[in-house]
Amino acid sequence: MSREKEITRRTKIRKSKEDKIFDFFLYLIASLLILITLYPMYFIVIASVSNPTAVSNGELFLIPQGINFKAYKELAGYAKLWTGYRNTILYVIAGTIITLVVNVPTAYALSRRKLYGKKLFTFFYLVPMFFTGGLIPTYLTVSKLGLLDTFWVMVVPFSVVTYYIIVGRTFFNNSIPEELWEAAQLDGCGYIGFFFRIVLPLSKAIIAVVALWAAVGQWNSYFNALIYVRSESLQPLQIILRNILISNQTISAMTTGAAAVEAKQMADLIKYAVIVVSSAPIMCMYPFVQKYFNQGVMLGSLKG
Amino acid sequence: MGFWEGVRRSAPLYLLMLPSIIIFLLFTYYPMYGIVIAFKDFTPAEGILGSPWAGWKYFQQFFNSYQFWPTIRNTLVISFYTILVTFPLPIVLALLCNQMKALKFKKFFQVSTYLPHFISTVVMCGMIILFLSPSTGIIARLVGLLGFKLPNLMGTASAFPSVYVWTEAWQHVGWDSILYIATLSAVDPTLYEAATVDGANKWHKVIHVDLPALLPTATIMFIMRMGSVMSVGFEKVYLLQNTLNSSTSEILSTYVYKMGLISNQYSLSAAIGLFNNVINLVLLVAVNQIAKKLSDTSLV
Repeated sequence: MSREKEITRRTKIRKSKEDKIFDFFLYLIASLLILITLYPMYFIVIASVSNPTAVSNGELFLIPQGINFKAYKELAGYAKLWTGYRNTILYVIAGTIITLVVNVPTAYALSRRKLYGKKLFTFFYLVPMFFTGGLIPTYLTVSKLGLLDTFWVMVVPFSVVTYYIIVGRTFFNNSIPEELWEAAQLDGCGYIGFFFRIVLPLSKAIIAVVALWAAVGQWNSYFNALIYVRSESLQPLQIILRNILISNQTISAMTTGAAAVEAKQMADLIKYAVIVVSSAPIMCMYPFVQKYFNQGVMLGSLKG
Repeated sequence: MGFWEGVRRSAPLYLLMLPSIIIFLLFTYYPMYGIVIAFKDFTPAEGILGSPWAGWKYFQQFFNSYQFWPTIRNTLVISFYTILVTFPLPIVLALLCNQMKALKFKKFFQVSTYLPHFISTVVMCGMIILFLSPSTGIIARLVGLLGFKLPNLMGTASAFPSVYVWTEAWQHVGWDSILYIATLSAVDPTLYEAATVDGANKWHKVIHVDLPALLPTATIMFIMRMGSVMSVGFEKVYLLQNTLNSSTSEILSTYVYKMGLISNQYSLSAAIGLFNNVINLVLLVAVNQIAKKLSDTSLV
């Protein structure tokens, strides 16, 4: 027996009775929590591919019943959903790029020790964390600037986020040593050259964190579209989802009689399918980028 | 260093900040000036400057309306109930997680409890409505298996705060535990060894090592959370509202939206918004001062 195994065996023997009870409850509670968390999501997936009657009669618990893809076929032919999907992808791409371009250089500038008027600028960016104009004055401003019901209202007006700037500033303060800047200056490098040639390549972590926050936020947001967008051609995915999931807008023609019951069941099935279709991209991406989210939470808790 | 010399030297940095300065001035600072419509009889035709002054008329109108106390009460009930549930649970989750020695299980536990955080509010509300349906919902079925009958929770006004809060817990508790898990992972391992030598079992270690280690972070998180008691998020409440539960689900932010953008009572809505904003500001400043006193951590 190797030394390590020997040590594990001995510690295992030394494990007291209390600790065994402790571990039993620990793993029991944890398993229950995992079940409570995953089951609703699992249920949605199996419901979306099951027979609609079985779902509404409550025969479905663990195993999909009468597997079929009717709901997905129905969705495939629903043009509004795909317009929404396309719009959201465009908003995510444009919104993420704008968020990065606007916040990251600001964070860098605020992290420079010799920024003239640093206190004033810090104050300028912090005030909106405490006080804002509120819904109506903001709405009237957006309206006055002619941005109501445009593509840009979704990606520009609310792209400056003080929290991202603070997190970015903390990152630059902690990870770009002052000596680096002094050395670069000796080589004739200015603030802007230093930022693009040296700081940015060293800051992939913070760029990834902010980009992910912005992208997920944009993908999931519906408030701005609710307030500022009217045209159907500009609606993002979340508004289409709201129409289907909350306002019960039917996507196929209404029928009466016996067919009406079937149509109602189908409508529910479509809800399950549309949840899968709209959440799958984020859910599938998440495990691969998890570490950046964790890094982000940590950066956010540091004091800059 | 003179003013112009300072400005000249920092000019490249100002250039980097320019886009965010312009956007903030236009869409965040300019609307602050627009708040004056709360004190005016605003009509879009006359504009902010042209509309006649109305003094405190709209504030009085709000304070005297029959909606005043219910919206304040609903906002506070939902807010305090949310804190009561979603503040301690992430700490408990982190303590559990920290005790897991089976690494693969721990990893799986973390990934699965974080996952619901990424569900959008719209989808979340869709799920709640589907699952709680008394005739076809899965929760009604499961409760039925145990021999109970689930009432129509979405149509019961008294159930609204619970539905809101517990679904909120389901969605975000895992995610909110990340910070605490990280704090625990930074605890000096010699503390555990010393505790073992002193004859502590795992439960003792949780109580006497882990919990005290979380206390500073938890205090700050709690204080910060108290700073936003009057700002319950609009999106989820608005999506879960219906005519049957509106007596407990109408909160300040949904009321502002309905008054302003649905009924077009711009000045009244701006006044309510300003009222809410000022309370938030007072709370935040107070809370930040307390946080500063208690430790060197604060927002600013």
